[in-house]
Amino acid sequence: MSRLYVARNPRAAARSLDGEMMIMSGRDSTLFTLNRTATILWQSADGTTPLDEIVARRICPEFEVEPGVALQDAENLARELARHEIMQLSETPIETKRNPPAGDAR
Amino acid sequence: MSQLMQEMSDKALARNIPLSVQVDLTYRCNERCVHCYLDHNDHGEMTTAEIKHLMEEMAEAGVFILTFSGGEIFLRKDFFELLEYARHLTFCVKLKTNAVLIREREAARLRDLGVESIQISIYSHRPEVHDAITLVPGSLKRSLAAIRFLKSQGLKVTIANVLMTGNMQDYPGVQALAAELGVKCTLDPTVTPMMDGDRSILKLAVDQSALRQVFRDQSLVGDADEFCAIAAPASEDTLNSIPCSAGHTACYVSPYGDVFPCVQFPLPTGNVRQQRFIDIWRYSDRMNDVRSIRLKDLTTCTSCTHVSSCTRCPGLAFMEGNMRGPSSQDCEKSFVRTGVPSANMLSKQRPAANLVQIQTLPALAMA
Repeated sequence: MSRLYVARNPRAAARSLDGEMMIMSGRDSTLFTLNRTATILWQSADGTTPLDEIVARRICPEFEVEPGVALQDAENLARELARHEIMQLSETPIETKRNPPAGDAR
Repeated sequence: MSQLMQEMSDKALARNIPLSVQVDLTYRCNERCVHCYLDHNDHGEMTTAEIKHLMEEMAEAGVFILTFSGGEIFLRKDFFELLEYARHLTFCVKLKTNAVLIREREAARLRDLGVESIQISIYSHRPEVHDAITLVPGSLKRSLAAIRFLKSQGLKVTIANVLMTGNMQDYPGVQALAAELGVKCTLDPTVTPMMDGDRSILKLAVDQSALRQVFRDQSLVGDADEFCAIAAPASEDTLNSIPCSAGHTACYVSPYGDVFPCVQFPLPTGNVRQQRFIDIWRYSDRMNDVRSIRLKDLTTCTSCTHVSSCTRCPGLAFMEGNMRGPSSQDCEKSFVRTGVPSANMLSKQRPAANLVQIQTLPALAMA
């Protein structure tokens, strides 16, 4: 089974507002706020860490959820974020040179 | 504003976070617009390193929307370096420009860097009128060419038009031009005094008759009767509300590092060359003074019929001498819109009435 890699879309704008991540789509300026799971996914999406590793290391310990279920949920979420051009998905590692910081300085 | 953005703005207000900042990268300009309030000489602009450092501080402070304006931003040789850094820090970047220096290459680069939107000043659809305002022959042609380049890259463009005596008749033409180009169009009838307080350029502002025509134009205001209706008396909530976002969720930084509540509110609150941005934002006495004002604290305006619907600008009021006082330009707008004089206008008439009354007293005594 191939692994999935996720990266933040460099065209999106992002900032953490008191712990809540605001993301603006680079495609149509639609604004989104991410819940805790999506925020972890966003912060971890460096293009080189496979999604299953992100789920195992960052999401499962946080939410006490079955790894298989968590991976499926994370994959669905990543595909949804990719549909809005907030995130990039690939079956191979994604060039990280232009991968922006997560915007979570606060 | 979308509902979600409003929610984020409310949250930023509650947490004292500067959600939106305009940074003027330069006051230098390649146009000489007759109504411009700026001194175009360079008195020591921030360096590339200083602006990058400021951006880091702003990102740390929670700034999300960063507007680069001027002067003409493309006159800075490091403009794209600054823009690239702003996007690296994941700001939502908006630009204000006359676009004269934007060609295919620049437009493509702006797209690649993920600029959210570009606002471009267009004063008329006729070169002889637009160019007479910018004082640069051929400027309309170049700005329109730039809009086409930007649109061809899929970028979001807004035409910003300032209504003045010299272009009053042309705003429908600008609207039609915007529609043809597939861009939004805004119209602002406010001419701002010079930053040094010189108010002579206000003579360029349209008169009440022209303003009335604009306020009755359904293509601009929608339902004109509704737009021109007198607002209901202000509720307790309204009186406890803030006048605008200046100093609350937004502020302005000049090319010299001075921080103001807004680009139209020249009250210096600190300088980022001497203090951290967040310290000025949080602890400046002047910023906190601006922040403390609620509608109920305004002198004169609190008792005005228009208090809940007026476009009163605290910055324009400040430039008239009192940031808690009225802004005469906005009083005039409220009057023209509704036909009802503002409390400020009435108070200016009152001394004459008192004088008449004083004169009649001796007459009565003699009778």
